[in-house]
Amino acid sequence: MTRSNFLSTAGLAGLAVAAAALPALAQDAGAAATTVPADSAYVFNTFSFLVTGFLVMWMAAGFAMLEAGMVRTKNVAMQCTKNIALYSIAGLMFWVIGYNLMYDGVDGGYLGTFTPKAIPAPGSDTGDYAAASDWFFQMVFCATAASIVSGTLAERIRLWPFLIFTAVLCGVIYPIQGAWQWGGGWLSEAGFSDFAGSTIVHSTGGWAALTGAVILGSRAGKYGSGGIVNPMPGSSMPLATLGTFILWLGWFGFNGGSQLALGSVEDASSIARIFVNTNLAAAAGVVAALILTQVVYGKVDLTMALNGALAGLVSITAEPLMPDPIWAIMIGGIGGAIVVFAVPLLDRLRIDDVVGAIPVHLLAGIWGTIAVPLTNDGTSFATQLLGIAAIGLFVSVVSGVLWLAMKATIGIRVSAEEEFDGLDKSELGMEAYPEFGQGTQRV
Amino acid sequence: MKHIMAVIKPFKLDDVREALVALGVQGLTVTEVKGYGRQKGHTEIYRGTEYAVNFLPKLRIDVVVADELADQVIDTITNVARTGQIGDGKIFSYPVEKAVRIRTGESGAEAL
Repeated sequence: MTRSNFLSTAGLAGLAVAAAALPALAQDAGAAATTVPADSAYVFNTFSFLVTGFLVMWMAAGFAMLEAGMVRTKNVAMQCTKNIALYSIAGLMFWVIGYNLMYDGVDGGYLGTFTPKAIPAPGSDTGDYAAASDWFFQMVFCATAASIVSGTLAERIRLWPFLIFTAVLCGVIYPIQGAWQWGGGWLSEAGFSDFAGSTIVHSTGGWAALTGAVILGSRAGKYGSGGIVNPMPGSSMPLATLGTFILWLGWFGFNGGSQLALGSVEDASSIARIFVNTNLAAAAGVVAALILTQVVYGKVDLTMALNGALAGLVSITAEPLMPDPIWAIMIGGIGGAIVVFAVPLLDRLRIDDVVGAIPVHLLAGIWGTIAVPLTNDGTSFATQLLGIAAIGLFVSVVSGVLWLAMKATIGIRVSAEEEFDGLDKSELGMEAYPEFGQGTQRV
Repeated sequence: MKHIMAVIKPFKLDDVREALVALGVQGLTVTEVKGYGRQKGHTEIYRGTEYAVNFLPKLRIDVVVADELADQVIDTITNVARTGQIGDGKIFSYPVEKAVRIRTGESGAEAL
C-alpha cells in the first residue's frame, strides 16, 4: 500500500469515527476541531511511541558502529560485544525494576517502586496510549545512557565489571534521577525542564563515563611524561561516519518522540518543528567543528566533525521545540564548538576518553540544559542549574562508589599484556579482522 | 661486531628499546613476525569449535653492536623481555664480518 493510500484510508477511518462521535463532542466543538477522537488519539500516541522508540533503538547500532570505528582493530570485537550486551541488559533491567522505579508513584518525591513493569494483557489497556508502548519508549532512552559509558572506557576495561556497572546504571542510577524529573518527582515540581534528556540521559551517561575514566585510568602509552599525548587513531573512519549518521537518524525519534503524543494537530505540528530544530542543530554542530578544526589546526578533522554533529544533537535535546531556526543553529553550533576545545582539554587533564563521549554528552548536555531558558519562558537558569547539579552529584557519587568498589574487589582493568594484545584476544578469544594485519587466518 | 637477533613478545618492545638505549646502543631494526617454539601456539574456540592458533605474533629485533657490548645486550634483553610465561622468546648472536654507514662510507665499529 503506498503512503498516500495509507494516509487517506486512515483519514477516512478517522472521519468515520469522528462523525459517529460528533453529538457527544458538540459542546467542545472548538476544541474538537484541533484534536482527533479518543480512540484515534490512543492509536496515534501509541504509534508515535513505538516508531520513535524503534528509531532510538537504532541509535544502539549507531553507537556500536561509531565506537567500533574509533577503537583500534584489536579491540573492535570487544566494543561490539559491549554494545549489544549493554542494550540487552538495559532492556531487561528497565523492565525488572527500572521503569517502575522511575515512574510508579513518584509523586513529587525521589523514587518510584522496586517492582517490574506490568504489561497489560491484550485488550485490557486503558489510558491515552498503550502502556507497553510507553515502557518501550522509555527503555530505549535508558539504553542510550548506558551506551555513552562504553565509548569512554574502551580498550582497557574488563567486560563483566563493565556489564555489572551497566546493570546498576540501568536498574537503579538512571531510573532514580529520571524519577526526579520525568517521573514527576521533586525536580519537575521545582520547575526544571529537560524535554528529551540532555541532562537526564546524556549528562547522566557522561557523569558515569567521567567517573569511570578517572578511576579506571588512561590507556597504556596514551600519555607520556612532560605532557606528551600519543594519538591512537581509530580503525575505521567509514564505520565511525556510518555510526554518526545512524545516531542522527535515530535522534529524530529521540527528540520527536519526547513530545509524548501524536493525537492532535498541535502534537503533529510540534513534532515536525522538533525534527527541523534537531536537524539544524546537528548540522550547525558539524559546520562549527569543520570551521574550527580548519582554523585552529589547519586541517579539518573528520572525527571532530562527527563529534560535532552529536554535540549539536545533544545540545538541542533539552529544548528542541521552542527554539526558532536561528536559535537551534546557535545552540547546536555552540555544542560543536565545545567539543573541538574540550577534546584536547581532557587530554591535557590526562582523562582518556576514547570516543569523545564526555565532551559530546556531558559538556554539550550541560550546555543544552542551561540554554533552555533562552527560548523557553517557563524556565529559569537557577532551576536548570539546580537540576544539572543535583543529577550530576547523584550520578557521579553513586557511579564513583560502584567503580571504586569493583576496582577494589574484582578489578576493572585488564593487565598490561592483555591491553597490549587487545581485548578481542584477551577477553573474547576472537578477532574482528582475522585475515588482516596479524590475524590468525592470515598466516 | 656481533649481530644479536632477539624474538620477543610484542608488548615488551618499549621496555627493551629503552633498556638498549640506556646501554648506549645507537640503533636497531624491528620486524613483525609470527612463530612458535616448543609449546606450538594455543587453541581458541569459535562458535563451539576449537581451532589451533599455531603462529603467534612476535617481534624480531636485530641489533649490531661492538663485541664488548654483546654480552651485556644479550643479558639486558633477556632480563627485560622475560615475563616467566611461555612464549617469552629467544636470542641468537652471530659474528659480523663488515658494517658500513651508507651516508658517510665509514666502516667497522664507527659505522655502528
